[in-house]
Amino acid sequence: MGVKLLLAKAHIEGIRNYDVYRREGGYQAVEKALKTMTPEAIVEEVKKSGLRGRGGAGFPTGMKWSFIAKPEGVPRHLVCNADESEPGTFKDRYLMEFLPHLLIEGLIISSFALGSNDTYIYIRGEYAWIVGILENAIEEAKQNGWLGNNILGTGFNCNIYVQRGAGAYICGEETALLESLEGKRGNPRIKPPFPAIKGVWERPTVVNNVETLAAVVPIINMGGEEYAKIGVGRSTGTKLISACGNINKPGVYEIDMTISVEEFIYSEEYCGGIKNGKHLKACIPGGSSVPILPANLLLKTAKGETRYMNYESLSDGGFATGSMMGSGGFIVFDEDQCIVRHTYTLARFYRHESCGQCSPCREGTGWMEKILLRLEKGEGKMSDIDLLWDIQGKIEGNTICPLGDAAAWPVAAAIRHFRDEFEWHVLHPQEAQVRNFGLAYYADPIQVPAGA
Amino acid sequence: MVQFSEQQMQEFNRLIKRYPEGKQKSALLPVLHLAQESFGGWLSAETMDYVANLLQLEPIEVYEVATFYSMFNTQPVGKYMFEVCQTGPCMLNGSDDIINYIKEKLGIGAGETTPDGMFTLKTVECLGACGYAPMMQLGKHYREHLTKEKVDAIIEECRSNAACNN
Ligand SMILES: Cc1cc2nc3c(=O)[nH]c(=O)nc-3n(C[C@H](O)[C@H](O)[C@H](O)COP(=O)(O)O)c2cc1C
Ligand code: SF4
Ligand code: FES
Repeated sequence: MGVKLLLAKAHIEGIRNYDVYRREGGYQAVEKALKTMTPEAIVEEVKKSGLRGRGGAGFPTGMKWSFIAKPEGVPRHLVCNADESEPGTFKDRYLMEFLPHLLIEGLIISSFALGSNDTYIYIRGEYAWIVGILENAIEEAKQNGWLGNNILGTGFNCNIYVQRGAGAYICGEETALLESLEGKRGNPRIKPPFPAIKGVWERPTVVNNVETLAAVVPIINMGGEEYAKIGVGRSTGTKLISACGNINKPGVYEIDMTISVEEFIYSEEYCGGIKNGKHLKACIPGGSSVPILPANLLLKTAKGETRYMNYESLSDGGFATGSMMGSGGFIVFDEDQCIVRHTYTLARFYRHESCGQCSPCREGTGWMEKILLRLEKGEGKMSDIDLLWDIQGKIEGNTICPLGDAAAWPVAAAIRHFRDEFEWHVLHPQEAQVRNFGLAYYADPIQVPAGA
Repeated sequence: MVQFSEQQMQEFNRLIKRYPEGKQKSALLPVLHLAQESFGGWLSAETMDYVANLLQLEPIEVYEVATFYSMFNTQPVGKYMFEVCQTGPCMLNGSDDIINYIKEKLGIGAGETTPDGMFTLKTVECLGACGYAPMMQLGKHYREHLTKEKVDAIIEECRSNAACNN
């Protein structure tokens, strides 16, 4: 059993309610932080912990906090990103649904550290029933003196509000989120200025993921240095992984970033192996935006070393032979799955979610969807594969926000690793309608590409 | 005429208090949700104008937001809306079959409403339930691990609920 810092108490009956959560040691971290630490000391502790943003980009949280501007007389805000819309990702939902007080506790400490008196949780609109769970927890915390005015007699005031989005993946991007919170369309802003200088209502703002803010609680409880001892290298602490696809035990797991990908997929403690006794074909290890890997490159790096479930190991080999930790949305494919079809659904997703501000993203995602559908239906040409490659390359790096890259990468990786399968769709259009390409040699050990 | 009840007005007043002075536009998304729930599951031009007036916004500020977000319906929808996820991870677990089954069973395509105004089928993108696929959203809740039998039961449930409420 690996270390569990966030979900250790998730299965305790009634932990969603304040009384049980408190009895189990809840709100001790708030007490410690507000009574014995200064805001600066909390930021220091988070820096020492090595905590990296759990929303996808993996940026060091303590460093992000230290960038917040503090102009005299201007209020600052903490905004919790609970938009969770990246396909394959459902871990924040789990935290909020079952451990709402853990998030509230993290929010109070983080608000104190950043000087936010009004903190907002921006939650995706579809999680409608979770709004009630969170508001209930906020009310309980308020009644017990953890929120409101002059918390614990420290003079610190804090309120937390839950704001519902309304169905737009792009609102997970932090500047689009801030636009949406201001009651506008979710069009990402051009940076700079960064939210830490001018965020919501032009005030200094920090946006952090749900899991990131929940992790502040164990960091305060155990101290940053102790937290940093868990995990490996720059992948400190624990990470929630939401596992889905063709596995025996889909669900949300907390890992301590020292286990191998193989163990994660096949052990009973986690995914429990591939469903129906089938073989592993491929996996997208960190949410739909990160590169897909065939089984051989997933379990071992191109150098033939074991691949581990942490930031560095998952990205070993760069985009040529590696992937990314991303949001922790772990999507597993068995031997019967069609990579072309799956890539098409993702292309359709990104076309649907593009805000339309930049032409490479707006037009490029539309073209990728169209061409992929053509290939999937057996109506494609060989040149379509090169055209796709060309389009994704023209989107990447040429847009206001990273959604463009996020749309380009899955297509690029699918072609990079599964070109045979795309070609087969072109060469055997009828067969491609009735059966899938299968495993081919993706599960065999591969040659190390030159220069890798 | 479109008008919030007293209780809905209380909710409206609770919502607009969460933002700093002069930033009431921030309440637009929550207020549109409230309006959609209150006035038949969709936002008519009249409803949007009413919201604009309440929040002291130009109507265009409301229209452009209502059309941006996929949860806001700017056309009438059925009494029960099946929002079935069709993104990759759900597809790996058979969402295509479920969508086809619903189409067959209700005799409508995606984006259509049954002639009796009872059901609308909408295909949607990932709803954050990928581990419990295939799935759909029905009202405020998710229905997960869908099978054909479960779909039958859900349709029955809706029909009998509708009969009770009449
Ligand atoms: C298109 C797009 C969608 C995103 N969606 C989310 C999301 O749903 N949740 C999230 O926490 N971060 C999301 N992010 C990342 C945020 O922009 C931001 O980096 C993150 O909230 C920072 O929090 P962290 O440092 O705690 O990870 C998204 C980014 C992009 C470009
Ligand atoms: S990259 Fe796409 S989503 Fe991002 S701002 Fe440009 S058009 Fe909008
Ligand atoms: S892909 Fe269907 S809920 Fe995520």
